[in-house]
Amino acid sequence: MSGLAAGIRLAQFDCPVTLLERHSLWGGLNSFYKLRGRKYDVGLHALTNYVPRGTRGAPLTKALRQLRLRHADLELGEQSFSEIAFPDLALRFSNDFEELRAGVHAAFPECGDAFDRLTEEVRAYDLETVPDALDSTRARLERDLRDPRLVDCLMLPLCYYGSAREDDLDWYQFCVLFQSIFLEGFARPKDGIRNLLKVLVERFKSLGGELRMRTGVSRILTENGRTTGVELDDGSVLRTERVLSSAGYTESMELCGRPVTREEAGGRRLTFFESIFSLDRKAAELGHEATIVFFNTTDRFEYRSPATDIDPRSGVIATPDNYANSPTDGEGCLRVTALASWDRWTSKPEEEYVAAKAAANEALLPAVTSIAGDFREHVLDTDSFTPRTIHHYTGHLGGSVYGCTEKRLDGRTPVDGLYVIGTDQGYLGVVGALVSGIGMANQHVLAAGPLATGTQV
Amino acid sequence: MTDEEIVLAIKDIIATIAPDEELEGLTLEERLRDQIDLDSMDFLDIVMELRKLYGVQVPEEDYKELASLQSTVEYLRPHLAEKTLHCAAPQA
Repeated sequence: MSGLAAGIRLAQFDCPVTLLERHSLWGGLNSFYKLRGRKYDVGLHALTNYVPRGTRGAPLTKALRQLRLRHADLELGEQSFSEIAFPDLALRFSNDFEELRAGVHAAFPECGDAFDRLTEEVRAYDLETVPDALDSTRARLERDLRDPRLVDCLMLPLCYYGSAREDDLDWYQFCVLFQSIFLEGFARPKDGIRNLLKVLVERFKSLGGELRMRTGVSRILTENGRTTGVELDDGSVLRTERVLSSAGYTESMELCGRPVTREEAGGRRLTFFESIFSLDRKAAELGHEATIVFFNTTDRFEYRSPATDIDPRSGVIATPDNYANSPTDGEGCLRVTALASWDRWTSKPEEEYVAAKAAANEALLPAVTSIAGDFREHVLDTDSFTPRTIHHYTGHLGGSVYGCTEKRLDGRTPVDGLYVIGTDQGYLGVVGALVSGIGMANQHVLAAGPLATGTQV
Repeated sequence: MTDEEIVLAIKDIIATIAPDEELEGLTLEERLRDQIDLDSMDFLDIVMELRKLYGVQVPEEDYKELASLQSTVEYLRPHLAEKTLHCAAPQA
């Protein structure tokens, strides 16, 4: 996704650009597939950062502008509402921030003023300035909001939708996510990620960009600390002065033959298990009307890599049919996501792997059915993916979805001419991926002057 | 190009890079940023389009000359005198 955005920017200004994708489908972490006659999205629960057409200064507006797309091209449908659900507490939020604010004031009257101050602080935070140190948001929130239950309520959706750190996220990331999830909101492109990707791919090709599918990069070539090209899986070489890599920071350095140290790579990576249930009717017909529910079944929320296959105590239930542009009849779909253990899923013998998926679903179902209703007799098909699946399709170490813990906000690496884009640069979600690709292409290629040779992404 | 044509050329570029903006009624004197939503990335695009379409190089220290339509016309007049107006990009 970030590669397509970068590619469009470069092709727009006649900069020779080749986009290399190892797989047969594009999109990376935001891709799609077909299985047993049904179409699925890989990543997309929600397009975060949703704002209406023409909203000044918003990331979505900027990204559309830079890619020369109209808001209408994405055919976005807004969420109904979403929910943060704890055992004795539920906070509802929607694309109208006032709904969350009112809920917080009602459930935590003592913390209302502090929450309003926090909101102002996030609004005033300048996302353009690159912070120099990563600090603990949890400690800061517990100090300012005082009630740890409110802190957990805010952390639950923000961690699940973008934290690469266990039990925490840094302040910069918190502000990015608070803006994209609470102050802005959720929407979904009509029919999911396919059409959005189609719009991007068509734009890229019509501008003269070259897209090579099933073409993996086996090495990034360097000479005296400078990028000189890439070697492909078939052994052929493409010469270029600049490479924008969405493979991840650690992964890209390894492609350069410069493995990073354990400290540099940061802490343990967080990864997920997800099941997609195809139903014989819409979830709304079973009484489930929320678009996204972030649930936690215990008093305190823990966001850690579990010691078991999955951690069934918390998770996300996404209902793509509950966006405004979804058809109201036909089959329904529920997606359920939980934290998972990389080590356990990747060390399983093949014969245990399928059974482990079924066991993980069984462990999740009590909490999920208590929220979304008992849909079990309506399930037509279930497809589950694990950390192993994520790694297979993205190549991201540890099956990580939100990348490494130390982001590289300026995109630079120790190798001249090699820049990271996508999750490891620091932006998240669909709009974040677009903004990342655009920003890095502008800063490191377009503003840097004409190139003698091509640019690979 | 005449001054009027330069204004058309600039408006055409802005229409290409900001398809959701309303460009009717832009005044010559007021800063463009105060009339429509343009940020530094958009100015980079205006400069890139000028280079692509008319072969004009605007160095970074001169970006400030593009603040209003009037100042843009004055800055570009010597560069565009010999050029002919054409549409920025095929409309989608």
